[in-house]
Amino acid sequence: MKSTAAPLLEHMDSSMEEDVRECANHWKDKEGNLIMILHEIQNRLGFVPREASLLLAEETGVPVARIYEVLTFYHYFKLVAPGKNNITLCNGTACYLKGIERILTELERRLGIKDGETTEDRLFHIETVRCLGCCGMAPAIVVNGKTIGKTVPTDVAGLIEGIRKQEVGHE
Amino acid sequence: MNNTSLDNLRKCLHRQVPSVADEAGWIKVGLDTGGIAAGGERIFDLISEAVATAGLDVCVRRVGSRGFAFMDPVVEVNRPQSRPVLYGMVNESTAKAIVQDYLIHNRMIDDHVVAERNCSDSLDVPTSHILIQDTSCEDGDKSSESQIALQGVLKGCGLHDKIQVVRALDMGIYGEGLVLQLYPSGVTYYNVLSKDLQRIADTTLIKQAVLKDLLWTHPDPQLRVVLRNCGRIDPESLDDALRCGGYDGFTRALAEGDPSLVVDAVKKSGLRGRGGAGFPTGLKWEITQQSKGERKFIICNADEGDPGAFMDRSVLESDPHAVLEGLILAAYAIGATEGFFYIRAEYPLAVKRVNLAIEQARERGLLGKDILGSGWNFDVQVRLGAGAFVCGEETALIASMEGCRGSPHPRPPFPSVKGLWGMPTCINNVETLAAVPWIVDRGGEAYAAHGMDKSRGTKVFAVTGKVKYPQLVEVPMGTTLHSIVYTICGGVQNDIPFKGVQTGGPSGGVLPEKHLETPITYETLQALGSIMGSGGMLVMDENDCMVDVSAFYLKFCVDESCGKCAPCRVGGYQMLQLIIKISRGRGCLDDLEQIRRICTAMQSASLCGLGQTAPNPVLSSLRYFEDEFIAYIEGGTAYARKRKKALSEGNPLKEAI
Repeated sequence: MKSTAAPLLEHMDSSMEEDVRECANHWKDKEGNLIMILHEIQNRLGFVPREASLLLAEETGVPVARIYEVLTFYHYFKLVAPGKNNITLCNGTACYLKGIERILTELERRLGIKDGETTEDRLFHIETVRCLGCCGMAPAIVVNGKTIGKTVPTDVAGLIEGIRKQEVGHE
Repeated sequence: MNNTSLDNLRKCLHRQVPSVADEAGWIKVGLDTGGIAAGGERIFDLISEAVATAGLDVCVRRVGSRGFAFMDPVVEVNRPQSRPVLYGMVNESTAKAIVQDYLIHNRMIDDHVVAERNCSDSLDVPTSHILIQDTSCEDGDKSSESQIALQGVLKGCGLHDKIQVVRALDMGIYGEGLVLQLYPSGVTYYNVLSKDLQRIADTTLIKQAVLKDLLWTHPDPQLRVVLRNCGRIDPESLDDALRCGGYDGFTRALAEGDPSLVVDAVKKSGLRGRGGAGFPTGLKWEITQQSKGERKFIICNADEGDPGAFMDRSVLESDPHAVLEGLILAAYAIGATEGFFYIRAEYPLAVKRVNLAIEQARERGLLGKDILGSGWNFDVQVRLGAGAFVCGEETALIASMEGCRGSPHPRPPFPSVKGLWGMPTCINNVETLAAVPWIVDRGGEAYAAHGMDKSRGTKVFAVTGKVKYPQLVEVPMGTTLHSIVYTICGGVQNDIPFKGVQTGGPSGGVLPEKHLETPITYETLQALGSIMGSGGMLVMDENDCMVDVSAFYLKFCVDESCGKCAPCRVGGYQMLQLIIKISRGRGCLDDLEQIRRICTAMQSASLCGLGQTAPNPVLSSLRYFEDEFIAYIEGGTAYARKRKKALSEGNPLKEAI
């Protein structure tokens, strides 16, 4: 199972240093740049690994504690690698009223993981977020960046199968 | 000063704007986040392809959202020499039909065409189509039967070749029986009975006379100021914005050459902060203008964290230049040297479109050094939020912009005196700024002409939840809740009895049915224990459980509390435990008293708006729906289990209990 995770991390080791330096340089002259640098690092790497924070502290002179203070305060920053396929559920009020919990329960049951966790094969990651701003299409979920509106629990099985098939196709 | 005369400025700005031959016809596809989520990109491609294949001289454009969230993706079509027609819920086959049937053969598409509210009474253009819909559907939808009946009547008069009868997707009129709209005149008849059909054919279609007894004469309750160009212009084109009056307000202000005039106009308009607190915008600007500092900042607060509100996203995605122009005008008025957009990172499309708008404005000399030859310098940057609700609060937002945790600071000093990096800073919400260009261009009085009491102008609401047609609504202040929920949005989904409307999100409260007739202003909502907030409006039906909803909102505030002050950090958590206890059927009547005590403590002792308003949803639920809490307490665990089961299965309450 770990074979799928390895290339992801390997890739990061080789180019992470460069990525972090570039991000730090890009924002070097701007005031209050820490959050923007972290955004850029997460955009490139998918999350903010500990090594990147250490490197960033070296690059910018900001203490690691300050970087972690910010990283842990904001929900948007991830400290662990996300799964290959991310399923994000909107837990805004409209989606909540229209039963996003039922979809979450179905996803949790079928994938055998809880909200915020990644499957062992690192294929799926589910998380709930605050409002996505698609309240007109509640309940809404985002699968790998694509928003799907008006979901019902019976969509879940097909969705997971679809992704699994695609993954097999890739291999 | 000659080169800053209004004519010169506008000439200089419009010089590069290519004119469009609109007579040739166009198609606009709504591509905001909602439209894209509903498959709008694919529709755009299909339509472009079909237009090219057919060799038509029709321009296909990307636009933002009109606010009709329930009928995404939306496509607006203008055939040469006719009135634009809106199509909703467009799928792949409709996309092809729009080109093949409508553009080429002038046949509208059943169940997709959307009529706009119209109370026209002039019939100077001959009717080519009749849009028809059964808007009450009491004994099932009779639209099809009526369509066939009307077709029969037309055949009898020999008009069936000239006039097409089309079933509409939506007419903007609800519960008024059979509604007919003549196209292109826009004359609308309502409560039409089958016996009226012959009369309509004889009088209206043949003799060109309007039937006064059937005529729809209610004006549209909506008034679009902030949403004026949303869904009409290409948000990624400065030229398109300029053609629709973009930057007219700014050039006027620049030509007048006196920043105080801009402040005056905004003061006269009575515009108040649309982020929720409702502080008078003109006053805020005046204070910032008078504050001394080496540098001065203007920030657009686009950290729309309120779950259930999407108006800021929609405006940024559909008309970013309006917000940018508002920001430039604010900067000009207060003498700001730098501006910022603080946008939620969860809104990637809005970030992209705002960045593009800034680049375009810079290229045209609307930003940067010596703006439009006036000698004034100003530039704007984008900063991203990172998912913290508390960062919508001014001082927390500033902390976040400085690259720190988003913890609020005690006020005073207010940001307008000592804000970002210790300099005077003015922070305005997206909606506030988007209204400013309109106000400056048309004068403060024009804006103040709408509204009620101390709440002037218009407000955008995002109506969602258990409502039939969730959408963005912009109405003058003082419009009633009933008018918004029933007249504009069609009432409660599945016609389940109405329970309440939650306004203001996690900082607001719920209003029960008896307050539906309340005119909405900052003051009336506050008096009823809710707030205007950013304008989220969540409709709840009888099946929704107020204890559950209170717990939901409170959990949100507990999660989002920054933890700096004890009333919010400890009070919120303790209160949540009590409500969870009640929702499990293990509460007692004393708990309600305890909850009320914690609420008072949080309201009076919390440091910032989040903690002070977090008790609102709970308090207002207790105020109007205390019996539901008591039912849990008296019913015990058995009741709680039944209730929970009903909620998790989405079953109506009555079947379960």
